[in-house]
Amino acid sequence: MKIVVCVKQVPGTSDAKIDPDTKRIIREGIKSIMNPFDLYAVEEAVLLRERFGGEVIAVSMGPERASAVIREALSIGADRGALLSDRAFGGSDTWATSYALARAVDTIGGVDLVICGKQAVDGDTAQVGPGIAAHLGFSQAAYAARVVDVSKNSITVQRMNEDGYDVCELSLPAVVTVVKGINQPRVPSLRGVIAARAADVPVWKPADINADVSRIGLDASPTRVVRTAPPEPRAGRTERVEGSPGECAARLIELLNARELIQGVHSSCG
Amino acid sequence: MRITDADKSSYKNVWIIAETAGGEIRPVTYELIGAARGLADARGSIVAAVVIGAEPDASLFAYGADQAVVVNGSEFVGFNDELEAAALNHLIEKYKPEIVLCAATARGRALIPRVAVQTVSGLTADCTGLAIDPQTGDLLQTRPAFGGNIMATIRTSNHRPQMATVRPNVMKALAPDPSRTGGIVRERLPDGAAPNAKRVIETVRGGETGVNLADAKTIVSGGRAMKGPEGFEMLKRLADKLGGVVGASRAAVDAGWIAYPHQVGQTGQTVQTSLYIACGISGQIQHLVGMQSCGCVVAIDKNPDTPMMKLADIAVTGDLFEIVPALTRALG
Repeated sequence: MKIVVCVKQVPGTSDAKIDPDTKRIIREGIKSIMNPFDLYAVEEAVLLRERFGGEVIAVSMGPERASAVIREALSIGADRGALLSDRAFGGSDTWATSYALARAVDTIGGVDLVICGKQAVDGDTAQVGPGIAAHLGFSQAAYAARVVDVSKNSITVQRMNEDGYDVCELSLPAVVTVVKGINQPRVPSLRGVIAARAADVPVWKPADINADVSRIGLDASPTRVVRTAPPEPRAGRTERVEGSPGECAARLIELLNARELIQGVHSSCG
Repeated sequence: MRITDADKSSYKNVWIIAETAGGEIRPVTYELIGAARGLADARGSIVAAVVIGAEPDASLFAYGADQAVVVNGSEFVGFNDELEAAALNHLIEKYKPEIVLCAATARGRALIPRVAVQTVSGLTADCTGLAIDPQTGDLLQTRPAFGGNIMATIRTSNHRPQMATVRPNVMKALAPDPSRTGGIVRERLPDGAAPNAKRVIETVRGGETGVNLADAKTIVSGGRAMKGPEGFEMLKRLADKLGGVVGASRAAVDAGWIAYPHQVGQTGQTVQTSLYIACGISGQIQHLVGMQSCGCVVAIDKNPDTPMMKLADIAVTGDLFEIVPALTRALG
């Protein structure tokens, strides 16, 4: 089974700052980590290879220092990796990013399965996984919580949704995005970390993946960020409630009733 | 589709993708119609509710849709992204909507990126604000990023349709007017439109993964101070009284007291409920980013000085193991 796992380098903090001119996130000076959901994607890919054989290839797009997340994937057990990095990719939105990653999958060739984390914690869009599937014409399953079965031509997964879950069978090749809890990511071995540090991570330019340059980067991106602002601060001050448990409960019900949050409920001890 | 300014006028009307489960229309659909109604009125166009793999009902019109566009048939079994995307691509190509709104739910967030790529449209995820730019007529889409630490406004100037997913519980449904009616347009899935479509073998509603944090109006959430799974059973009794669901901090999930689908925060779900009751959650930034946009935050904690107690609208100082049962009893 030939598996591509897509990983992203994200800021390791939520205290992101915005460049007032470009309206893009200032990444300099902020510690970077692998997107937490991608750890589960890498682990699942390695687990599948351990059961069924084959190869795991980690792919990312980003600045050159994003090779760190490829190395992390290698330390967990990916066989090789590649980083899409070039000025021409810069400013890509999810449409253009998923196009570039799809081109990489196509260039690798013979890929049975693409695994992604359910979303990246910086953009929170969850669009790139299904986007890759769409560009490649692959079938897709998002929010997979369990791989139920794998055969030569198909994968069966359990998908989470708001009401519960479903079980669906996808014909390969396919894209699956995974949630936390699908597995327990292993701690890389020291040997794995040392080997990953020494590994060669090729950098792929648009020409290396036969990408149409009119479909990548800021100019090719349908969406454009026109304004960023801090969120409105939470209005109002904190109302403090103290007293016996019964008094606290009665006062709380009174306050929630006043805000129409528990309409029709009346305190029995207020 | 990439377009020039001259092409813009050929794209008309605001579409919403109805969210259905087991053939029933889910409530977030009416919020989408409410949001679409304002946009359509600003554009002088109509609101169409698109129903795929299910049947429309009169409620769509009562809540403000002018038209229902339906693609249904025996091939639609369960949530089938590939088939539904193929149906939508066909409809979009034929009718050229200006704006397409979809719910930011597990289904919506899987389906609509596939459509946006295939129709070369701009797509903005998880919008909390939508407005029409009076100068250009473009849709201005506002969304939180970095777990709510930044609000970004996004425009799709040169592509149509303009697509967005909308967070549940943010937009308001209109008061239903049963006298409103509308027309129904039926279309068919083109033959061979999705040759590699999945097969949905089983659909299960409820169960451990069935916690509906996204759609919930109220979440009662617990952290490390809950001490164990029994603490969460206590929260469940309160949540049931309030018609809500149980959430949890990462610490409680990692301790194995409650399953991951309940987790709120950076590596769990981002929620935006009307009421969020945090019990014994100190309020690490990774948790706060997942819930700080909730309407009313109540914190219950022994320690009055935690970040959560400071952020909360209502901060109750005391022993949650006494206050939560007292509150549950008082609610009848």
